[in-house]
Amino acid sequence: MRRFLSLALLCFLLLGMTLTAQAQSTDAASSSTNDAAALELLEALDVESYAAKGEAITAILQSDDERARDWLQALLDGRLQRTEDGRFVLVLENRGRDWPVADVLTGEALGEMSRRDLERIGINNNLRNQLRSAIAVVDLYSPNVERRRTSAERLLGEVDGELVPTLDDLIEQEEDEQVRYRLTQAVAIYRAEAGEMAGIEALDGSLHPRSRVALSRAANSDDPVVANAAAASLAGIEQQLKINRGLETLYFGLSLGSVLVLAAIGLAITFGVMGVINMAHGELMMLGAYTTWAMQQLLPGQPGLALILSIPAGFMVAALAGVAIERGVIQFLKGRPLETLLATFGISLILQQLVRTVISPLNRTVITPEWMSGSLVVNDALSLTLNRMYVLGFALVVFAGLMLIMRRTRLGLEVRAVTQNRAMARSMGIRATRVDIMTFALGSGVAGLAGVALSQLTNVGPNLGQNYIIDSFMVVVFGGVGNLWGTLVAGLSLGVINQVLEPWAGAVLAKIIVLVFIILFIQKRPRGLFPQKGRAAEG
Amino acid sequence: MNTLKRSTHPRPFLSSGRFATALLTAAIMSASTQAIAQDDDPIKVGILHSLSGTMAISETVLKDTVEMLIEQQNQAGGLLGRQLEAVVVDPASNWPLFAERARELLDQEEVDVIFGNWTSVSRKSVLPVVEELNGLLFYPVQYEGEESSENVFYTGAAPNQQAIPAVEYLINEVGIERFALVGTDYVYPRTTNRILEAFLKDEHGIADEDIMVNYTPFGHSDWQNIVAEIRRFGEEGKPTAVISTVNGDANVPFYTELSNQGIDAADIPVIAFSVGEQELTGIDTGPLVGHLAAWNYFMSVDNDDNYDFIDAWIEYTGDDMAVTNDPMEAHYIGFNMWAEAVRKAGTTDVDTVKDAIIGVTVPNLSGGYAAMMPNHHITKPVLIGEIQDNGQFDIVWQTPSTVAGDAWSDYLPGSRDLIADWRKPMECGNFNVVNGSCGGSTAAEEAEAALAE
Repeated sequence: MRRFLSLALLCFLLLGMTLTAQAQSTDAASSSTNDAAALELLEALDVESYAAKGEAITAILQSDDERARDWLQALLDGRLQRTEDGRFVLVLENRGRDWPVADVLTGEALGEMSRRDLERIGINNNLRNQLRSAIAVVDLYSPNVERRRTSAERLLGEVDGELVPTLDDLIEQEEDEQVRYRLTQAVAIYRAEAGEMAGIEALDGSLHPRSRVALSRAANSDDPVVANAAAASLAGIEQQLKINRGLETLYFGLSLGSVLVLAAIGLAITFGVMGVINMAHGELMMLGAYTTWAMQQLLPGQPGLALILSIPAGFMVAALAGVAIERGVIQFLKGRPLETLLATFGISLILQQLVRTVISPLNRTVITPEWMSGSLVVNDALSLTLNRMYVLGFALVVFAGLMLIMRRTRLGLEVRAVTQNRAMARSMGIRATRVDIMTFALGSGVAGLAGVALSQLTNVGPNLGQNYIIDSFMVVVFGGVGNLWGTLVAGLSLGVINQVLEPWAGAVLAKIIVLVFIILFIQKRPRGLFPQKGRAAEG
Repeated sequence: MNTLKRSTHPRPFLSSGRFATALLTAAIMSASTQAIAQDDDPIKVGILHSLSGTMAISETVLKDTVEMLIEQQNQAGGLLGRQLEAVVVDPASNWPLFAERARELLDQEEVDVIFGNWTSVSRKSVLPVVEELNGLLFYPVQYEGEESSENVFYTGAAPNQQAIPAVEYLINEVGIERFALVGTDYVYPRTTNRILEAFLKDEHGIADEDIMVNYTPFGHSDWQNIVAEIRRFGEEGKPTAVISTVNGDANVPFYTELSNQGIDAADIPVIAFSVGEQELTGIDTGPLVGHLAAWNYFMSVDNDDNYDFIDAWIEYTGDDMAVTNDPMEAHYIGFNMWAEAVRKAGTTDVDTVKDAIIGVTVPNLSGGYAAMMPNHHITKPVLIGEIQDNGQFDIVWQTPSTVAGDAWSDYLPGSRDLIADWRKPMECGNFNVVNGSCGGSTAAEEAEAALAE
C-alpha cells in the first residue's frame, strides 16, 4: 500500500507537469485520439484478475486524462459498467430492473437499460483501498479543503520514506490548520516507526490509534533512549484513553437510557398516572415508527423533512389509536387490571398481525437523514454518534414538554385531580371521562413520538413494540409508579448500569444482572425509587 | 432441552430393524397407494414455514417460493401425471408448535413431502416427528451441522460450505490476522463459532488474544458498546475482520452502529453468514458497501437460469422490487431434486424416494449442478459477495468447484471421526470410522455438553 501511494504520488506530480504542458499547447483537435486512448485504459479494467485491475487503475492514474478521477470514483462506486456491445457506461441509478445510464467518455445520456444487458466492472476491498488511496493522492492537490482533509486523514500510517520530502513541502504550503496538523502527524508516525526521536516527540499526546501503534512499535526499539521516550509517551496516552473510554461508556449509557425513557415515559402516564396496564403500548410505538416510514414514502428524496413532519404525525396517529383503544376496550374494564392486561395484550397481537398483513411482514427501510448519520468527533479517541445524540436531546425535550403539561396546564391539573380522587374531582365539575380520554391520548401520542425516534435506531417492523414493552414496564416500576421524574432517573440510570456492565459481563449477562438487580430492589422498596406520597397514593 | 438431546440421535441401532418393517409396510402401502393414485389424486406437498411471529420476516417468502414452484410444476403437467397440491400450515415462530404442525401434516393431511423450517431449534423440534412418522423434510437454511437424519434432506449449507471457506478467503485473499466472532446467543452461532475457533487455532495458528468472541440476545438493538469494543480490537495494528453470525433483525442496528462509529469495510470488514438480500431490504446499504457475506447463491449471480427464476418470482409476487435469496435457491434445488427422485422412483412413497434421491443431480441457479450426497447434504459452490449500495451483493470470490456438505465437522474433537451414509448397507447417520460402529460415539452429547459451557 505504501509503495503504491508513493508511486501514485510521483505519477501525479508528473501528470501535473504534463497537464500544464498540454494546456500550453492547447490541442483542441485531440479529443478523439484522447478517447481512443481512454477507451484502451478502461478496456484494461475489464479483466478477471483483481491484480490486473490494480495495474489498470495505476495506468489510469498515470494517464494525463483529466477525467481520471471521475472514472476512479465511478469504479469505486460500482457505477462503471459495460453494455453487451462493449460500450462503457456510467450507471446513474441502480435500483429496480432497468437502470438509466450515460456514456462514460462523452457524458451523453443513453436512456434506460436492463440490468441483464449490463456488466459491472467489479472491485473488491483491496482494490477499494487502492482506489481510495489513489483518489486521496489526487485530492491532496485539490482546491477543495474538505477533499484535502479526507485525503490527509487517509495518509496516517500510510507514509513511507519517498513521500516524506513531498509531504514536508506540502505542509509548508498548506493553509488549512487541520490538513497541516494531519500531514504533520502522518509524517511523525513514519518517523516514530523509524525510531526517530523527532517523530516520538511530535506524537506525544496524540490519541489516534495509528500513533499508538507507531509508538508501541518504537517502544520495542533496540535504542533504549527511543524505547523509553516512546514508552513514557505511550503511558500518558493510555491514561488519556482511559478517561475517554469512561466518557464514552457514560455517553453510551445515557443514550441507551434515553431510549428507555422515551419508551417508558408514555407508559408512565397511562400506567403510572392512570393505572391502566396497556400491553399494546409497544404497538403504539410501532405505529409511530411506521408513520415515519409512511412519511418518507410520501416525501421521497427528503428524508429529513419527512422525519421532522413525522413528529407531529406520529403523535397524532398513535394518539388517535390510543383513543380508539380507550373508547373501544379499556373504558369497559375500569378497575379490572387482569382483564385490561389480557385485552390490551390481545390488541397488541391484533395490531402486529394487522401491520403484517396490510403492509408486510418484512421490515421497512427508514432512511436516516444526512445530518443524523456519522458522529461528532471530540478527539481521536472519542466520537459521539449523532443519531443517538439527537435521540438523547429529543427524549429530554419530550420529558420537559410532558412535565410542563402535567404541572402547568389545566389538563395536567385535572389529570392529577382525577387520578388522586375521582369522585371528588367529578363533584368539583371535572368531566372525568374526558380527562381519561385526553390522558390516554397523551400517553399514546408520546409512545408514537418514541416510535419516531426508534425508527432511527432500530428495525421498523411488526415486532418493534414487543422488544420494548418489558423494558418500559421495568423502568416505570423501578422509577416509582406515577412519578415522571422517577421514570427519567430510572431510565437513565438503568441505561448507564447496563452499559457499564456490558463490556465486563457481555450483553446477555448484563441484561440478566440488571433484571436481578431490579427484582431485589423492588423487594426492598416496592414503590420504586421515588414513591408517591400522600393519602391518594396510600389509599 | 430434552427434545434437543433426543433429536441429535437418529436412533441408529433401531434403524435396521425398523427399516425392515418399514419396507414391508411400505410395500403393502405402496400397492394400495398406487391403486388410489390412478384416481388422479393430487400429490400433497406440505409447507411448514412461520407466517406470523418473529420468523415470518424470513419464512413467508419461502412459503411463497414453494407455492410458486408447485404452480410451475403443475403448469408443466404435474408429476407422474398427477397434479401437486400445497398444504400450508402456520407454526407461528413457536418451536413446539412446529412439531405439532408437522404431525398434523403427516398424520392428518398425509402429505408426501414437507418443505420447511428456518431456525435450528425448530428443526430439532420437528426431527423426532418426521422420524417417527417416516416423513420427508427438506430443510433449506444454512445450519451448524452435527446432524444427519434418515428423513431430512439438508439443502442449505453445512459449516464447511459456508463458514470455513469464508474464513479461508479472509486469511488468504484479504490477509486478516485478527478475528472478532460476533453472534446471536443460540445453537447455530455457538456451534459455528466453536468450529471456527478450533479451525483458526489448529489450522492457521491464530493466537488466543487475536480471537474475540461475543454473544448478544435475539433482537439486540443497542450495539454501541460492542461496536466500540470491536473498533478498539481492530486498532491494535493487525488487519482485523468480524465474523458475524448475528441473526435476522439485530443486524440492522448492528450495521447502523458500525457505520455511525466510522468503521468502514476497508478497515474492518464484516463477513456475515445470516445476512442476505432479504435482510438487506430493511437497511439503507449506502454505508455498508464492501462488507461481506458468504452464501451459496446471490441474486446478482450472472446466469440465465437465475434471471428466469428472478423474473418468475417478480411475476409471482407482483412486486417489482422483490428479491431472491439463498434459502429460496435451496428450496428450488430441493424441490427439483425431490421431483426428479419421484420421477425416477415412479412413486411418491417415502422409502423409495429416499433411496432414489441419493445421487440425483439438478441444476442450481449459479450455472452449476447440485447433487444429493449419501449423507443427505448437497454439493454447493461457495460464493463471497460484497454488499453494494443497491442492496445486492457483488461476487468477489468463489470456490473453483462445488463443495460437498459435511454433516460432521472435521474440526470438533467429538465429531471428527463420524460420517453419515444413508445408502445400503451402512444406513447410518453417525458412523464412527475409528471403531467402525454406528452411533457408538458420544459425539452428539459431547458437542452439546460443550455448548452448554
